[in-house]
Amino acid sequence: MSLNNLIKNWTSFRSRRPYLDQYKNADYKWAMVIDLDACTGCNACTTACYAENNLPVVGKERYEKGHAMHWLRIERYWGEGESVPVDMVPDRGAQFLPMMCQQCEAAPCEVVCPVGATHHSADGLNTQVYNRCVGSRYCSANCPYKVRYFNWWQYADSAWPNPLELQLNPDVSVRSKGVMEKCTFCVQRLRESMDHAKTDGRLVKDGEVTTACAQACPTSAITFGNLANPQSQVAKKWKNQQIALEKDEQKKDENMRGYRIFEEFRTYPSVVYLERVRDLEA
Amino acid sequence: MSHMINHDVPDDNEIQIEKKFVPKDLDIDKDVSWAQINKDVLRSLDRPRPVFWVIFFAALALFSFGVYCEKYQYENGLGVADLNNPQVWGLYIATFIFWIGMGHSGTLLSALLHIIHADWRKPIYRYAEAMTTFSLLTAALFVLIHLGRVWQFYYVVAYPNERWVWPNFSSPLVWDATAIGTYLTSSLLFLYTGMVPDLAICRDNATGARKKLYTFMSLGWQGTDRQWATFRVTYMTLACFLMPLAVSVHSIVSTDFAVSQNPGWHITSFPPYFVAGALYSGCAVIITLFILLRYVFRFEAYMTMPILNKLIKMTFAIAMVWNYLNIIEYSTVWYGANEIAKQQLLDKMTGTYAPVFWGMVFCSTVMPFTLLIKFVRTHLPTLMVVSLILNFGMWLERVQIITPTFGHSQYPWTWTSGWWPSWVQFGIVAGSFGWFTMLFMLYCKIFPTISMYEVKEMVHDQSKMLKAKGVA
Repeated sequence: MSLNNLIKNWTSFRSRRPYLDQYKNADYKWAMVIDLDACTGCNACTTACYAENNLPVVGKERYEKGHAMHWLRIERYWGEGESVPVDMVPDRGAQFLPMMCQQCEAAPCEVVCPVGATHHSADGLNTQVYNRCVGSRYCSANCPYKVRYFNWWQYADSAWPNPLELQLNPDVSVRSKGVMEKCTFCVQRLRESMDHAKTDGRLVKDGEVTTACAQACPTSAITFGNLANPQSQVAKKWKNQQIALEKDEQKKDENMRGYRIFEEFRTYPSVVYLERVRDLEA
Repeated sequence: MSHMINHDVPDDNEIQIEKKFVPKDLDIDKDVSWAQINKDVLRSLDRPRPVFWVIFFAALALFSFGVYCEKYQYENGLGVADLNNPQVWGLYIATFIFWIGMGHSGTLLSALLHIIHADWRKPIYRYAEAMTTFSLLTAALFVLIHLGRVWQFYYVVAYPNERWVWPNFSSPLVWDATAIGTYLTSSLLFLYTGMVPDLAICRDNATGARKKLYTFMSLGWQGTDRQWATFRVTYMTLACFLMPLAVSVHSIVSTDFAVSQNPGWHITSFPPYFVAGALYSGCAVIITLFILLRYVFRFEAYMTMPILNKLIKMTFAIAMVWNYLNIIEYSTVWYGANEIAKQQLLDKMTGTYAPVFWGMVFCSTVMPFTLLIKFVRTHLPTLMVVSLILNFGMWLERVQIITPTFGHSQYPWTWTSGWWPSWVQFGIVAGSFGWFTMLFMLYCKIFPTISMYEVKEMVHDQSKMLKAKGVA
């Protein structure tokens, strides 16, 4: 191989996006759209997530130590120049942002896991294998969104005192101490419906399966679906917002509200947020 | 332990007076006889004084406390260390880098200076090598301690298994494990190989259980021409093999950070910066141990002031390289276009961890300049304090690399301040120092800390002298 050839191949290898190419003709690519205009910050999604995914409630003391296990968290932001008041709220109120694992296509967490406990599934999920995890926490260190939660304690011993363990979701494993965990896009639901569809010899229809947070949202701010299906709600919204999965810098119409967080890091997240529109005078 | 070295121990004071004055231009006095070298070095293997046991048991107590902390953490989970999200690594990784770093100068001294025939290394490389090995062993402990499920640590090793599950070779942690494993085995081999002729001397002078140990370990060394020839080739080969390793190991450790995208870590100059930092802290420890061994074992005739002076010069040069790379790192961030990294740098300098940052600047950037003062270089207690400060500064440097980045990463919602490690973390860090001290003290009493056969190469060839005199 000549040097020219080598350089050419190398540049093409460098510019190729191996993670993204494989979804061009795939059947499934799970994705989400969150409309911040509709979000009221009511925390119903968080509660649903706790119930669905066997998340332990850690208590005030451990929460303050930073040991909370909220896979989906509602972040509260105040406007620029507004101090956080103790007894009053600015007229325009706070802004809310539900934040969960962005299921990045080129996830920074996946490359650094020493044992491959977090890896990419064929339907575009960033999965976490608890049995394989040794707890080096490198994935959390490298996650720009910091949405990975480590089991600092053996929560299973204390979080569900008898008879509360009966309300645990049997489809989801209860994690032991020392492993990392994060939002899975309710993978147990996805797998179940994909299995049903496979038995019937078809693909999962739009609306047939959804995540716990999307299901619980009273204002339908969260839309979940299969991006590979152009007829799905999610795919239509992505298209309306002129957002494509494989782009790292979206050139959009100014009227468009859609954006993905930290696109510039080339993580290719699967969650699109729709900006909140508000009247500055109000 | 019985008294195992069967030679006459002359009065200590006599020896000291006789040896103290070494001409300035010479590394060591060339008129020392070979028998005298043997005698002096083997004397260090004698029954230890009570103060040895006092220090040893203090180190053991410290180590036991570390073990207790680890047991407590093992049983209750890493929550007891007060690590949290996003502050996930804390002192464990910082101290891990510190120990790995310390393990670099031993190889530099022994391998590089051996290759370039810098003879002044000969009396001091042995303990530096041992220090390397033990600090690597200590560092390896931290890799395990910081794991959430330490009982599954073998997943990181590429071992054959029926499921065909391999570690993730794109992860810098796997590179780390491989690099450290390679470096540890090779430096252990290098240390041992270089020791074989000396072990034979020990064997010839020992009795009882020690005789058996040295007989086994000296591999039937007789000092024949053929053995020496083979030995020279092997030793040089190992030295050449170790040189690139010494550079690669800390470069690879730095990729843990440089490969990630966090502000404050994602910096191209990290590999050379880490290597320089490693050599720096390693040299500082070598100076500390130099002073200690020289004083405790009365090695004034071999660990001489001219050699110490060269060591200090080397340390100063490396400190300047480290400073330079530090300035490069901060100025590229400062003048660069990455707003996040710039904010993170400002946070590092003015936020919660400002004392750590400025402490590092004082201990590791300002303090080495005191080495320019002649009094500091020649007054050993002062030099000892300075070398310890340099080391503490390098530990602070590792902490200020790790901690502020977690406290102030890309995502504003996770910015935290005021994080402080719990007593468990400090206990384990203290325990690691106990462990290192213990190992090193045992080593000093079982193996010769000065390379006898190589010091003999530095003095006049007495076999020739004796022949000339017609004695032999």
